[in-house]
Amino acid sequence: MGAVVALSTLLDAQQVWRGRAAPLPAGEQPTGWAALDDVLPAGGWPPAALSEILLPADGVGELRLVLPSLARLTQGGRTVVIVAPPYLPCVAGWQQQGVDMRRVDIVAAGDNDVAWAMEQCLRSGSCAAVLAWPRQADDRTLRRLQVAADHGQALAFAFRDRKHLPHASPAALRLELEAAPRAQVWVRKCRGGSVPAQPVPLGRALH
Amino acid sequence: MLWACIVLPHLALDGVLRRNPQSGPLVLVDGPVNARRIVSANREAREAGLHVGQRLSAAQALLTRFDAVPYDRAAVDRWHRFLAAVAYRYSSEVSLLPHAIVLEVSRSMSLFGPWPRLEAMLRADLAALGFRHRITAAPTPHAAHVLAGVSDGQAVLTPDAMRQALQRVPIGKSRLPAMATETLPGMGIRTLGQLLALPRDGLRRRFGAGLLEMLDRLTGDLPAGLDSYRPPDVFDLRIELMHEVENIASLVFPLRRMTGDLAAYLAGRDGGVQRFTLRLEHRDGRVTEVPVGLLTPEREPGMLFELARGRLDQVQLPEPVLAMRLVARELPPFVPAGRDLFDERPTHALPLDQLRERLRARLGDRAVHQLDSTTDPRPERAQAVAGNPCRSGFSREAFGPGFGIRDSGFAKAKASRLKPLLQGIGPRPTWLLDRPIPLRGAAPRILAGPERLETGWWDGGEVCRDYYVVETSLGQHAWAFCAPGEQDGWMLQGWFA
Repeated sequence: MGAVVALSTLLDAQQVWRGRAAPLPAGEQPTGWAALDDVLPAGGWPPAALSEILLPADGVGELRLVLPSLARLTQGGRTVVIVAPPYLPCVAGWQQQGVDMRRVDIVAAGDNDVAWAMEQCLRSGSCAAVLAWPRQADDRTLRRLQVAADHGQALAFAFRDRKHLPHASPAALRLELEAAPRAQVWVRKCRGGSVPAQPVPLGRALH
Repeated sequence: MLWACIVLPHLALDGVLRRNPQSGPLVLVDGPVNARRIVSANREAREAGLHVGQRLSAAQALLTRFDAVPYDRAAVDRWHRFLAAVAYRYSSEVSLLPHAIVLEVSRSMSLFGPWPRLEAMLRADLAALGFRHRITAAPTPHAAHVLAGVSDGQAVLTPDAMRQALQRVPIGKSRLPAMATETLPGMGIRTLGQLLALPRDGLRRRFGAGLLEMLDRLTGDLPAGLDSYRPPDVFDLRIELMHEVENIASLVFPLRRMTGDLAAYLAGRDGGVQRFTLRLEHRDGRVTEVPVGLLTPEREPGMLFELARGRLDQVQLPEPVLAMRLVARELPPFVPAGRDLFDERPTHALPLDQLRERLRARLGDRAVHQLDSTTDPRPERAQAVAGNPCRSGFSREAFGPGFGIRDSGFAKAKASRLKPLLQGIGPRPTWLLDRPIPLRGAAPRILAGPERLETGWWDGGEVCRDYYVVETSLGQHAWAFCAPGEQDGWMLQGWFA
């Protein structure tokens, strides 16, 4: 017998062709929207980074975009923090989407404290995702949040008005939501990949 | 039996210095007003030529600028008892001796390790608190006390070694009554060893039974006869500031000391603190109270300091502060938080409870909460602030009645019992408005409905509504209702965001 060669080393060295294409690596943080996962370079939300979601108005489907991820995280026993939501989260509605509300902490904060509270939650490392609705957030604030998300290995979601789109942002991912004439989401910036030219349709037939 | 003795030679001065960060000549003075004498001096003062016993007027002639603080017997006594409370962490048998604390450590060593390690822990605790000290160990408390007067760090662990060590102690340092220590050298008795060798009958005739009793206590032939110290059930610490303080930032240093002392005291009691009050004292007895409440009992000094500071930062001082006092009345048992061995969070992660405390310290007691559903079908009452997000009830009603939700028990509506309920109901939005508002704009397009809710006749909050899922002209999906049978006068209840 010659030297025993471990199969895995051969495969890792890619010297052996296995006759079928390797499946695309699944993202660490899938969004739960297959069409969106396909166009995002990380195969989902950029892990440990800030994602900015720009809205024309409240209530256009911004929560449905993130609720599958929140459901996955809370069911896995991880904590999700919501900072200064514009309305009250409806427990029954969130539970219908599969979110375990025992893992959701809601933080009431004034306009000046939203960014601070979000940064604390991100930096703590004990939150899987932090959602916030900052009204006063400049480039420097967002950069701090991006660093905090990286430090605490958490998903950060900042929901902001669409009017901030022309300004540059340090967020790893920027999505713009459109409700009319039909619900779709534009990827405006994604770190580590090219920006897709077409919007991703967002099915809304599920209530 | 093994007794450790901690001698605190500069108790009064250390007590003053630890609230006074700046260095400079400082002396403690005592005596009648017209004949004040220095009773203690710090290093800078001694280098400048001041010494203990000097008259204050003589010192002022030597040095123009130095701080003279009156010697405060009550404060010294307070520090003495406080350090006994700290030592209580290491032994259940702690007693007070003049300028010293003795504690029985033979049983403690099985928990804390052999004597050198225990000694190192004691020294580290005292150094962190800012008290100079000498530590010795001996089989009897009085012997340990005598040896501590001779040298620092001496440990005699067996009775024989103790007898040998006592042999060499000069009579002047034997802590015997003054009558004996003054007379004995004149009789040629200069060490304890010589004294112990004298015939007992003669000693009794010359000095009475008291001296023999003391010698027997020293060698362990009689029980030590000390009263055990019991730590108080209330922590009350007051620091008088050297100057009138007008801004909060100057209170940070004393605050750090106070929370550190509180933590040391709690460690001694093996307890935690859940609520304490900072009292900022102004002129004429006026007081600003700053309550600090925590979700769970804590005793980590850094955390106590950070939380207290967070509360203090929000205080507007109405007038200068003369003294600060920390009072903790409720001292519940401390249960360390458990952590999962296979925790997948980063190693530097701040535990969730501490994060909540930090948020509450800045944003208010009711800022952090969770929501849970109730069994009531009316949207305004279908959910409530969960009573117990983190093992205590401070966050109840965090949003208050302004959000139109009623606080109801968490236990009534456990998630498992809700599952069948959820399946029976129609679609629910993800955002809920705190109260319904009229839906403005063009007539919405109906997507689903109606779902009739007719309930509440028993408590006066009767509702009878038809709920629809509608789409507005902006493309938002809304949860709106109108009167039964009509499709007009839409009231917006929530958004399908």
